[in-house]
Amino acid sequence: MTSRTGGAQRSTASLRHRLAERGIDPTLLLLVPGLVVAVALFVYPFSYGIGLTVQPTAAMQEQWGGGVFANYVAFFRDPFVFDSIGITMRLALPAALFNVLASIPVAMVLRHRFRGKRLLTSLLVLPITLGTVLTAQGLLIFAGRQGWLNRALLQAGLIDEPLQLVNNYLGVMFSLVITGFPFAFLLISSYLSGIDPSLEQAARTLGAGWWQRFRRIVLPLLAPGLATTFVLTFVLAFSVFPSARLVGDAMGSTRVMSLMAFRAFGEQNDYAMASTIALMMGAVELLVVVAVLGLRSLLYRGTTGGKG
Amino acid sequence: MSAFESLELRGVGRRFGGVDALAGLDLTIRAGEFVALLGPSGCGKSTALNCLAGLLPLTHGEILLDGRRIDTLPPERRGFGMVFQSYALFPHLSVEKNVAFGLQMQGVPRAETDRRVRAAIELVKLGEHARKLPGQLSGGQQQRVAIARAVVLEPSLVLMDEPLSNLDAKLRLDMRTEIRRLHQSLGLTTIYVTHDQEEALSLADRLVVMREGRVQQVGTPDELYESPTSWYVADFMGYRNILPATVVSASGGEAVVELPGTGGADGVRLTGRAVGALRAGDSVRVAVRPEDFVVAGPGAAADGGAGAIGGAVAVVEYHGREHAVSVQAGDVMLHARSATPPVVGGAVRLTAPVERVLVFPESLDAPVPQEVAA
Repeated sequence: MTSRTGGAQRSTASLRHRLAERGIDPTLLLLVPGLVVAVALFVYPFSYGIGLTVQPTAAMQEQWGGGVFANYVAFFRDPFVFDSIGITMRLALPAALFNVLASIPVAMVLRHRFRGKRLLTSLLVLPITLGTVLTAQGLLIFAGRQGWLNRALLQAGLIDEPLQLVNNYLGVMFSLVITGFPFAFLLISSYLSGIDPSLEQAARTLGAGWWQRFRRIVLPLLAPGLATTFVLTFVLAFSVFPSARLVGDAMGSTRVMSLMAFRAFGEQNDYAMASTIALMMGAVELLVVVAVLGLRSLLYRGTTGGKG
Repeated sequence: MSAFESLELRGVGRRFGGVDALAGLDLTIRAGEFVALLGPSGCGKSTALNCLAGLLPLTHGEILLDGRRIDTLPPERRGFGMVFQSYALFPHLSVEKNVAFGLQMQGVPRAETDRRVRAAIELVKLGEHARKLPGQLSGGQQQRVAIARAVVLEPSLVLMDEPLSNLDAKLRLDMRTEIRRLHQSLGLTTIYVTHDQEEALSLADRLVVMREGRVQQVGTPDELYESPTSWYVADFMGYRNILPATVVSASGGEAVVELPGTGGADGVRLTGRAVGALRAGDSVRVAVRPEDFVVAGPGAAADGGAGAIGGAVAVVEYHGREHAVSVQAGDVMLHARSATPPVVGGAVRLTAPVERVLVFPESLDAPVPQEVAA
């Protein structure tokens, strides 16, 4: 117990230590420039956007009612807008799931040393450097009705009609896999390298075959990383915009939320409704992220024994 | 796993990118034996162990278990238990589940698994920690789990890769005793890799000293301790003073050598026991244990011993019952023991009995007569 009442015993500690004792750390001042930037570029615009959502246009209020919440009423009541949630989910969930699941075996194989590993890794990661627009362009040229793929297949006599691979759901899915897979692969590779290889060796000496080693040792230790990777690739896929428009069916099966927001903003000049859709998009993403991270918290999350 | 009669390694070798990490290892291990592979890091001892476990494929030679080739089997089908230097406990499984893992892989019935796991955990005295995760245990406890996990399968062979090197000095002594006790009570054939000569000497029935991927000497602890066949092995066996010298004359198993740089024009002359054939003019290494040196005052006469090296006391360390004394003799630093602490800076003479001064040929690659071939 410190004798505060006496007052005679003045602390001889330095100012820094006395401040620290009251929970004040002067080095935290270094955060100020960062905070200023964050407030100016994120907090203020974000709050402004939220503010916009409750300032619906007169037309909206008249059509949907609900006073200042007319935009939200419109979002939930207008099937053309509301259905875009499901459409986006149908793209983003399978794409994220596929990227994660496909990355696991590839990352597992690429852990070992072999000739040509660097080349193969580079090829797998290369699409990360391509913009979505370039990917879309490439897909149109390669897989379009007049693309190389269809012409080659037609001439080989394997198909009678060109396959419809772009300008629909499939085209966007391809694009999401091409851009999302390298992310998932890189992340999962680094999670895998964090698992001490001697754990698998130990499992081998205890008689575990490759499936048992994967199922009982690697997978449980990798699972939290898989959840994180899923969340990141899901968010990436959920905000799909350029490819939904360029290689998708923008008014049909790939009428994703970001397209709806853009439509309200660019075509209808209704900033308030655009903000509302954008905000709801964030809310849906947040729901999925919270659900996945909630499941993740049930898993073992301690050390994995490796260098990671 | 059933016990075996003998495990035979024939010309086992492993190359990494043109470098022999292990070459021509011939060794026969009898059931129940405790064999230690001893050497500095990079000598090939861990490579040998990994080759035995099957974690590294051989590039040369073969491994036979009772005459049956096993080096082509994957590790999961060899039925050897292994204890890793890093313990390699499964961090997400409790102590019980770590120990049960191997039994589950073998499809042992549930009730028997439970019984054997409990027995193994009791054996390493971890009963009250059975449900904890490895991360909640101390280093010594983790090591005991690793040992329990390996022995619960009653493997025909237990491989231990420097299991004590991550523990502090006191715990290492306790665990050493523990490992010895386990070996004596279970009688499991064990191959133990270490760089610590004390550990090897105290645990093993037989020692294999390795250097640059090759076996330097094989023998029982007292054979190696008393009669090393090369200065390299002597170095490991506590001959802390290893000095380069030249043979002046050699006859009848004794050699007179000159130690350059120990004062005087040609250095001090010593007489020692010649190990191997030596001729006058040969370059040799002289090996003396610190405890074999007698620290005498400067006036003491050289009384028929190996000779005397004069020098000044440089460092005195208190070691409880005795003092470790470092003596600067010319350019070389010599290590000795003394019951009474000499004065730092004072002049002393170091003498030793002739039979405690070993003279080895300088070259390690030349074939050394294996007096104590196993």
